[in-house]
Amino acid sequence: MSTLQHPATGASGPATVTEATTTLRDPQARSSRASRRAERKAERHVDGRKPKRSGLLTAVMIVFVVYSFAPLFYLLVNSTKTQASLLSTFGLWFGGKFNLWQNIVDTLTYNDGIFVQWLGNTLLYVVVGAGGATLLATIAGYGMAKFQFPGRRAVFAVVLGAIAVPGTALAVPTFLLFSQFGLTNTPWAIILPSLISPFGMYLIWTYAVDAIPAELLEAARMDGAGEFRIFFTIALRLLAPGVVTVLLFAVVATWNNYFLPLIMLSDPKWYPLTVGLNQWNAQATGSGAEPIYNLVVTGSLLTIIPIVVAFLFLQRFWQSGLAAGSVKA
Amino acid sequence: MSTLEARAAGATAPAVPPRRRARPRGRYTGWLFVGPFVVVLVAMLIVPIGYALWLSLFRDQLIGGNQFVWFANYVQLFQDAKFWSGLGRVAVFLVVQVPIMLGLALVAALALDSARLWGTSFFRIAVFLPYAVPGVVAALIWGFIYGNQFGLTGTANHALGIDLLQPFSPDWVLTSIGNVVTWEFLGYNMLIFYAALRTVPGELYEAAELDGAGPMRTVFSIKLPALRGPMVIATIFSIIGSFQLFNEPNLLKTLAPNVIGSAFTPNMYAYSLSFSGQQFNYSATVAIVMGVITAVIAYVVQVRGTREENR
Repeated sequence: MSTLQHPATGASGPATVTEATTTLRDPQARSSRASRRAERKAERHVDGRKPKRSGLLTAVMIVFVVYSFAPLFYLLVNSTKTQASLLSTFGLWFGGKFNLWQNIVDTLTYNDGIFVQWLGNTLLYVVVGAGGATLLATIAGYGMAKFQFPGRRAVFAVVLGAIAVPGTALAVPTFLLFSQFGLTNTPWAIILPSLISPFGMYLIWTYAVDAIPAELLEAARMDGAGEFRIFFTIALRLLAPGVVTVLLFAVVATWNNYFLPLIMLSDPKWYPLTVGLNQWNAQATGSGAEPIYNLVVTGSLLTIIPIVVAFLFLQRFWQSGLAAGSVKA
Repeated sequence: MSTLEARAAGATAPAVPPRRRARPRGRYTGWLFVGPFVVVLVAMLIVPIGYALWLSLFRDQLIGGNQFVWFANYVQLFQDAKFWSGLGRVAVFLVVQVPIMLGLALVAALALDSARLWGTSFFRIAVFLPYAVPGVVAALIWGFIYGNQFGLTGTANHALGIDLLQPFSPDWVLTSIGNVVTWEFLGYNMLIFYAALRTVPGELYEAAELDGAGPMRTVFSIKLPALRGPMVIATIFSIIGSFQLFNEPNLLKTLAPNVIGSAFTPNMYAYSLSFSGQQFNYSATVAIVMGVITAVIAYVVQVRGTREENR
């Protein structure tokens, strides 16, 4: 539902697994339950009998797919049209001259290639913001799972509280704070708030409890390996599926971030794609209107392609990560 | 996501178990790993909240400048009709859109889990895909579709000969926004429910079958109870999302400037107070009050959901 894609809590709406306070528990307490459940789940697939296929249920799902795809199809179709035929031809089918390639060229070169600049900014925010958030969450999740230390309970409490804070409540205060430090209208204004992902940390923590056997760590310590060496050479590899899941959702949250950059940035040269596209769209109305709908449509298509491709390619990872997370819980 | 199933399983565990699994060398070694995360968390979360609280107690006055006014901003807010009408609007949105979206997601998840579909994995990824589309782009696409310039409603109305579809009329605009939000998050919620259904132990189904339970009976007696926890969580997310509603109305505002005002939702109000009105103190007050209201309602849902589960 999101509305604000405040990266603080990792995302827009649902991804911000917010306010689950009393439902989040120390993962250590559950590991034995998790393995039992995993066994049961395996049994279920062994039982061998396949229920009969249902035409009705398949038809219901086809309706869902049509609903999900129709707007994307609309986008694809209309990105092949010129500004003129956008207005004159039927929306759900191709019409007029096939103008996709020209639209792409125009999108990339309009206004001295500002779109490319926005794409670069988005990549910067994603790589540093989502990447940094994942790194911090992974290291901390591992620390929570495998070490006892004074203050661990307090960290647990703060993380639960953090998951419960609605992101939007933070955006305006963060802006006000950043403007005190002169950080607004700089990339830092987007990157710094993107760096926290309490839920990602919680997920890694849950994952690390079972994924990394304590004996392995003991053995490495006996061999005289330092703690950080153990983390980077042994733990990180075992945590990989969980890390991919956290990374992917952090990337989506950052790539799709709109509210925070809208607030923080006033100079178009720092805009991410989302804010830039909306500016192009708004350009069609008001005084001195110069509608460039064909570019907005094509730009929208170009914006979603990388993220959709990432989801499709990493499907196996994030779905197994989700499943692993759910089994472990 | 793991939380959901924790709830589903009704996991009850002490907050921190006494056992120790690994013995690091120093007592404070763990802080080397957790420290950086905590520092960033405090700087980006706790400090802004504290700053907002602080700001909400001040007011920029024509005479006397920035003055400490105790709770005057809060008093003003509780008498602010603009704020309440925005809050009422998101509450209506919440009560209508959330059940529809979660209901549809539930149907889709049950269909996926029934193992009676052709191409389950295709359906799973296909319905989930809109989640990957940025909210901005989703609102732009639907805005185009709604528009009568090159959208589909114009075409449809023309074909019907009457102006049946008016997505941007005052009566329909909330529905139009609800549709965009439903489109974006249907698949996400479906996947959450589906993941929870996959963790239902197989022997439960076998036992049900032995007892002669049909598929519908299995759904009502086993699957739906198993989904109560995830349902509570999904409801809570949706409440938070609804109260924070900003992107979709703010984007559609361009297309329907007369219907969607600057205080259409509380979040849009906070935004316009800050950036058009320069009323930062009052804007911080709105942010805090919304945060508290959201947290309270989410907490009530949580407690209620848990209580019913334990019955």
